Amino acid sequence: MNGLISLLQAAIVFGTVIMFGAVGEIITEKSGNLNLGVPGIMYLGGIAGLIGVFLYESSTATPIPVLGVIIGLLCAFAASVLGGLIYSLLTITLRANQNVTGLTLTIFGTGFANFFGGSLNKLAGGVGQISVAVTSSAFRASIPGLARLPYAGSLLFSYGFMVYLAIVVAVLVSWFITRTSLGLNLRAVGENPATADAAGINVTAYRYIATCLGAGISGMGGLYYVMDYTKGTWANDGGIATLGWLAVALVIFATWKPVRAIWGSFLFGVLFWLYFYVPGLTRSSQELFKMLPYIVTILVLIFVSLQRKRENQPPAALGLPYFREER
Amino acid sequence: MRKDSSEPLVRISKRATIASWKAWLIRIAALFAALVICAVIIYAITKMNPLKVYGTMFQGAFGTSKRLWVTIRDIMMMQCIAIGLAPVFKMRFWNIGAEGQILVGGCAAAACMIYFPNIPLGLLLALMAISSAVAGAIWGLIPAIFKAKWNTNETLFTLMMNYVAIQLTSYCVALWENPYGSNSVGIINPVSHSGWLPSVFGQAYTLNVVIVLLLSLLMYVYLRYSKQGFEIAVVGESENTARYAGINVGKVIIRTMAISGAVCGIAGFLAVSGASHTISTSTAGGKGFTAIIVAWMAKFNAWVMLLISALIVFLERGAVEIASAYNLSNHVSEMITGIILFFLIGSEFFINYNVKFRGAARRAE
Repeated sequence: MNGLISLLQAAIVFGTVIMFGAVGEIITEKSGNLNLGVPGIMYLGGIAGLIGVFLYESSTATPIPVLGVIIGLLCAFAASVLGGLIYSLLTITLRANQNVTGLTLTIFGTGFANFFGGSLNKLAGGVGQISVAVTSSAFRASIPGLARLPYAGSLLFSYGFMVYLAIVVAVLVSWFITRTSLGLNLRAVGENPATADAAGINVTAYRYIATCLGAGISGMGGLYYVMDYTKGTWANDGGIATLGWLAVALVIFATWKPVRAIWGSFLFGVLFWLYFYVPGLTRSSQELFKMLPYIVTILVLIFVSLQRKRENQPPAALGLPYFREER
Repeated sequence: MRKDSSEPLVRISKRATIASWKAWLIRIAALFAALVICAVIIYAITKMNPLKVYGTMFQGAFGTSKRLWVTIRDIMMMQCIAIGLAPVFKMRFWNIGAEGQILVGGCAAAACMIYFPNIPLGLLLALMAISSAVAGAIWGLIPAIFKAKWNTNETLFTLMMNYVAIQLTSYCVALWENPYGSNSVGIINPVSHSGWLPSVFGQAYTLNVVIVLLLSLLMYVYLRYSKQGFEIAVVGESENTARYAGINVGKVIIRTMAISGAVCGIAGFLAVSGASHTISTSTAGGKGFTAIIVAWMAKFNAWVMLLISALIVFLERGAVEIASAYNLSNHVSEMITGIILFFLIGSEFFINYNVKFRGAARRAE
């Protein structure tokens, strides 16, 4: 029982990182932009949050945790939106290829974040290990009374606030896409931009805003990774890149539905950590076990294309550029 | 024109043609702008004279004969992957699984080195090259078949295949680790050099250059002058046209992807046999992704690819030198590469489109 609970806990913490990434990417892809820069954006969000909080914590003797949290959120959001803006500018205004631009954004974001993550110590004058303990513990603070309940407490209430925020954001995005007229317009842009344009919807504006907002949400995944998953330190181990690509995979798994991304992300977490809890695995067969999330995603991808159910398909114009005069 | 305000601020029109010197001038201007931005960033971080830093980069890439050859080796690696990707991209098939195809190719080569160290070198190298190519081709074929039969999204499929390949490589590393517990394969056959590409003319990497240039030539001829190359171009332009012309689109997709995977597999063979003599999950090291950008920007021309590969490898090697000289993180190279690629990608717009500002036409009159 304890093993199961700790597996589920690990899965939820893990799932939260990719849930943010995936929900952001769903908004972006609903507008028809296939942004492969998600890992880069998550890196940008993570490092910007860390730098912001680090500068704040080292500037005062007694940092206020709540202020640190707000600074972290704002910095991460701003940096991720900036990443989305670079992507939008290149693909929408300058008409560059989406895949190439997205991959470049990933290269840039990875380099930028790891460079500053690795050099922050030296740039700050050699303060030793970069750590933002006060803010990080605020990110990780759980609801005091509830967390002590047996089983349910540790399973449901033992996490920092961003775990719940991720679920709220996913539900809100789902509501936005399916229940509001703005969301309907957004879907129209992603399905058939020419028709949307003819109906008077500003395709360019929708794509810009959806991509930037989506990037902002994706970036929260990076922030959560840095503040909670690695407890306010920077690790140059490529962890965010792996999780970023899993977020892209999760979008497919969830068939572009944010609510499905909630349980999908936890399932991915279980699949990812399962090798740790399956007895009798050797070190080499563990590695084969870690393929599971990717193989499941491939199977879903194949299944969706075989099934041809309309509500499970990717947005029809996904990955395609739209230029009014080139119709 | 009655009122100025009725004219938009910026007008964009597609250029019919552009003189190639003009196109290159725009690219060079973009590169220059990117280098200036990077210089500002470098100055902000290191407070060193950026020109001096670029000098250090040059030293790092070309300073000594050994460095020069390592640079050449890396250029060849990048070039090999890029020419592997060129035919599928020309077909508008997004193979972003080069990373995985390189890794399975590398694993196949390493397996041959480990299990058959005693067969004659020539035979062993041939076996390694063939098994790498086959492994890469299989890795490419899986998504291609699903694309051809059921139109499964290849961008996402090939992307996922990368991670399956990475885990497969981790599995092989754990299986072959040497010494036990090191979690790495170590140099394979360090004494007998069995399965290592031999030195020619006293240079360890001569054969890498020969193999890759030969492949580039073959690919150039294949894409330009063969019937199959023409079919690829037609499918890339319009699948419907291809179908109308009697081309079996599915067959072209599968065949081209097998070729692409095989060449990427050979890149894995070169990485193992001709460079590192070991295998790890970082054998591909992101080159599979960077090469996508190289192939795309070169418009699938094998010789332009060589130029862009050289530029990117120079930046990477140079940036590593800066990083060690100023005790900064190695990742500075990815950051600089990213910035330069942003500019080069953006510059394509000004090559393809003519931008006119309001009032410019009036002044010209």
